[in-house]
Amino acid sequence: MNERAAAAISVQQLHKSFGKVHALRGIDFTVPRGTVMGVLGPNGAGKTTAVRVLTTLLLPDSGTASIEGHDVVREAAAVRRLIGLAGQATAIQIELTGRENLEIMGRLRHLSWSDVRTRGQELLDRFDLLEAADRPAKTYSGGMQRRLDLAASLLGDPAVLFLDEPTTGLDPHGRLQMWSIIRELAQHGTTILLTTQYLDEADELANTIIVIERGQVIAQGTSDELKDRVGGDVLEFTVVDKSRVDDAVRAVAGLSDTDAIVDAETGRVALRVGHRGSQALVQAVRALDTVHTETAGLALRRPSLDDVFLAVTGHAAEADGEQPPSRGRGRRRM
Amino acid sequence: MATLAAADVTPDAAQLLRWALSDAFVITRRNLLVWLRVPAYIVFTIVQPVIFVLLFRYVFGGAIRVATPGGYVSYLMPGIIGQTAAFACFATAIALAVEAQAGVIDRLRSLPMARSAVLLGRLMADGVRMLITILVILAVGYAVGFRFQNGVLPAIGMVVLAEAFGVTICCVACFIGLVIKDQEAVQAFGLIWLFPLTFVSSAFVPIQSMPDWMQAFANNQPITLVINAMRALALGNQPGAPPLNPNLWEAIVWLAGILIVFGPLAVRAYRRVS
Ligand SMILES: Nc1ncnc2c1ncn2[C@@H]1O[C@H](COP(=O)(O)OP(=O)(O)OP(=O)(O)O)[C@@H](O)[C@H]1O
Ligand SMILES: [Mg+2]
Repeated sequence: MNERAAAAISVQQLHKSFGKVHALRGIDFTVPRGTVMGVLGPNGAGKTTAVRVLTTLLLPDSGTASIEGHDVVREAAAVRRLIGLAGQATAIQIELTGRENLEIMGRLRHLSWSDVRTRGQELLDRFDLLEAADRPAKTYSGGMQRRLDLAASLLGDPAVLFLDEPTTGLDPHGRLQMWSIIRELAQHGTTILLTTQYLDEADELANTIIVIERGQVIAQGTSDELKDRVGGDVLEFTVVDKSRVDDAVRAVAGLSDTDAIVDAETGRVALRVGHRGSQALVQAVRALDTVHTETAGLALRRPSLDDVFLAVTGHAAEADGEQPPSRGRGRRRM
Repeated sequence: MATLAAADVTPDAAQLLRWALSDAFVITRRNLLVWLRVPAYIVFTIVQPVIFVLLFRYVFGGAIRVATPGGYVSYLMPGIIGQTAAFACFATAIALAVEAQAGVIDRLRSLPMARSAVLLGRLMADGVRMLITILVILAVGYAVGFRFQNGVLPAIGMVVLAEAFGVTICCVACFIGLVIKDQEAVQAFGLIWLFPLTFVSSAFVPIQSMPDWMQAFANNQPITLVINAMRALALGNQPGAPPLNPNLWEAIVWLAGILIVFGPLAVRAYRRVS
C-alpha cells in the first residue's frame, strides 16, 4: 500500500482567510491510518479553522483535503459518514439528560433505536456517566459534559476522530481521565487528530506532531524528532534571590552557545547545554558557586516541547494576546 | 473496518428521503423536549398571550369601538392569535442564534444527517408550540365571551391560517437568528420590525382610527390581510365582519412570497453558519 492510500487524513496547501485574517496559509500534512496526530499551536494559530475545513464545516479558499480518500469539498457527505467531531465548545443540549443527548446523536447518525440504546448504554458506562445518565446535563461538571460530548461523537464508530482542544478548561484529574480515554480510542485503531495548546498533552498522546503558528506549519515530526531539534539537554535552575538572576545568568553563560531563557517572575533560568551530560551539571554548580547565588532545583532534563517551540520560533508558545496569560502559563513546563 | 466501507455506499433517493424525514422528526422531538424541560419557557409562551387577551379585553377593550358582531372580543381574538403566531418567532430566532453561537449547529452539520433537518425540525417544533398556545388562547377567549360564528370548518381554517402565517414568520426569524447569531441583538431586532408591523395593523384597533398616512400602510401590509381573513373565517359573512375575498387570497400570496424569499435565505444562512 502506498502512503496516500494508507493516509486517513491528507491535506495539501490549504488556505483559508476571513477577510484580512489569513487563518490558514498553506498547510500540508498527512495522518497515517490508526495514528494520533497532535496539532499544536497558540491561540489564533488556525487549529480550529483547520479542523472545521477537515470536518466539512468550512470551505477552503484553495488547496485540498481528504479523509480516507474522500475529498472534503466534493464528497462531503461521504466524509461526514466517516468522521466524529468533538469541538472546542461542547455541543450537548444541557436541558436534556446524558442518555437523551446520546440518543439524539445516534438517531441523527441513522442508527436503529435498539443500536442507539445499547451503544448509548455502553458509552455511558465506559465514560463513567452511568450514574448521571438520567439527569439533565446542566447538572454535570465541566469534565462530565466534556466526556458526554466526546461520547456523543463516538456513536456510529467514526473511523477518524477530530478533537479540538479536548482538555481545555478541565482540572488535572479530568484531564488525565480524558487522556486515558483518548489513548484507549487510539489503541482500538481510531485515527485521531487532536489540537492542543498544551505541549505536554501533544507529547503524551500524539504519534506525530505538527506545530502551527499564524496559519503555517513551522515544525513537524515525532515528539523525539522535535526534541532533537533543540540539540541536547536543558539545564534548569531557579535563583532564590530574584535580584541576583542576572549574576547567575552571567556565571553560567559560558556553558552554552545560546542565550539563557529567563523567567523574571519566578527567577527560573533555562539553558541549552548540548550533549555533555552530567559534566554540564558539575560545571554549573561550580560557576554558580563563584558568584555566591543560592539556587534551587538545579537539574538537567530532556527538552520539553516548549523548548522546541522556542528553538523553532525564537519565542515561547504564548497566546497572541487574545486571552489573559494566566491560562496557558500554569501548564507550561519551561 | 466496517465504517470505512459505509462511506462508499451512496444511499439511493428513497433512503435519503426517509433519512431526511427521520432527521427532521428527531430534531423536532429534541426541541419539544427542551421546551418541556424548562418550565419558564412554557410559562412564557402560554402566559404572555393570555395576559394580552385579558389586558385588551378588559383594559383597552372598553375604549375601542368596533362594528364587529359579538363586540370587541370577537374583533380581538383573531388579532391576538395572529399576533401570538407572529411573536412565536422570537423563540425561533433566539434558539437558532444560541445554537449557532454555541457550536451546536456546527456539530450537527458535521453529522451525516439531512441538511434540511435542523430548520425543518425547528419549524415543526415551533408549529406545535404555536398550536398549543393558540388553543390555550381560544379557551381563554371562550371564557371571556368570544364565539366562533361561522361553523367548525372555517374555525379550523382560521387556526390553520394562523399556523401558516406563524410558520412563515418563523422562517424569516430563522434567517435573522442565523445571520445575527446573538441572543440579545436578535431580541432587540425582533422588536424593531415586529412591534410596528403587528400594532400598525388591524390586529387590535380598527384602521380607520389611525392617521391617513398610516392607514395606507396598515391596510396593505400582510398582517392586516392575514388577520382580516382570520376574522372572516371566524365570524362569517355578516355586516361588520371583513370579507373573506380578497383578504384570504391576498394573504396567501403574501405568505407564499415571503416563503419564496426567506426560505432559501434561511437555508443559505444555515449552510454558512460559522
Ligand atoms: N468565522 C471567523 N470569522 C473571522 N475570523 C475568524 C473566524 N474564525 C477564525 N477566525 C480568525 O482566524 C484566526 C485563526 O482562528 P482559529 O480559531 O482557527 O484559531 P485556534 O488556533 O483554534 O485558536 P484557539 O486556540 O484560540 O482556539 C484567528 O485570528 C481568528 O480570529
Ligand atoms: Mg480553536
